Amino acid sequence: MDQFAVKVFVRLRPSVLDPAGEATKSASIKLGAEGIKSLRIGKMIEVKIEGNGENEVRGKIDLLCDRLFANTVIEDYEYSLEKL
Amino acid sequence: MDNFTVGVVVFPGSNCDRDVSWALEGCLDIRTKYLWHESSDLSDVDAIVLPGGFSYGDYLRCGAIARFSPLINALDEFVKSGKRVLGICNGFQILTESGFLPGALVANKNLNFICDDVELDIVSSKGGWFNNVDEKQTIKLPIAHGEGRYHCDSDTLKKLVDNELIALRYIKNPNGSSFDIAGITNKKGNVLGLMPHPERACDETIGGTDGLFTLKSLILK
Repeated sequence: MDQFAVKVFVRLRPSVLDPAGEATKSASIKLGAEGIKSLRIGKMIEVKIEGNGENEVRGKIDLLCDRLFANTVIEDYEYSLEKL
Repeated sequence: MDNFTVGVVVFPGSNCDRDVSWALEGCLDIRTKYLWHESSDLSDVDAIVLPGGFSYGDYLRCGAIARFSPLINALDEFVKSGKRVLGICNGFQILTESGFLPGALVANKNLNFICDDVELDIVSSKGGWFNNVDEKQTIKLPIAHGEGRYHCDSDTLKKLVDNELIALRYIKNPNGSSFDIAGITNKKGNVLGLMPHPERACDETIGGTDGLFTLKSLILK
């Protein structure tokens, strides 16, 4: 069995308004940060997972992302995978 | 109503289950039974309410974890059999996360937790949930949510409109919901999800009775 470290990034789709991102952008500007054109907040999920090779693990992670980690009605996801 | 029994589902974090039971038993004389979320035996209930609250602490997304409970897994057959399911607030979020209703509920546009009474237009009475108010097309119900902004893509919205699946629309949109949507049904009409709380509007002494007919509709065949 191989072990992998997976980082999943879940983001609101571009078409979905992100009021938390807007509020944080507003605070960033008040802090004095200049030039911020856009700020959106997402989630990062770290998973350590075992499997027989990268393909099998990708299959498991795809299932997790599609069915649990992201709601694809409002969110997109991507992930990176590193063999440990 | 003889032996008609409404199952009120209790998740860890539900907090409107007792209100729903009070409204059904105390105001409408309808028998209720609490259903723990780990139960998958729905054989002795005739309708189900998914109440408001914060199931599983709203972790990940509102309703996302509840979707995987044994009870929600058993709900598919229940819905297919034509029995009625009412999802209120967090219950509505669970119904969208589980795919029983289209779209999703996301953070309110102004990021506030909104606790208020809202005026609502009854758009469609599909499923008979609002049949009792033919002469009164506007109702007032309380809302209490931080993540009640209904969102769907334009194709889904067109389907909702074309199939008359939009049950309720806010007259003054409090949370930025697409098309002012406050509640929708499935195509068959036996599943209703709404953000307002009908169980909190079942007695004049606590602010109104406009929620009564929706809860009473649970006993319709």
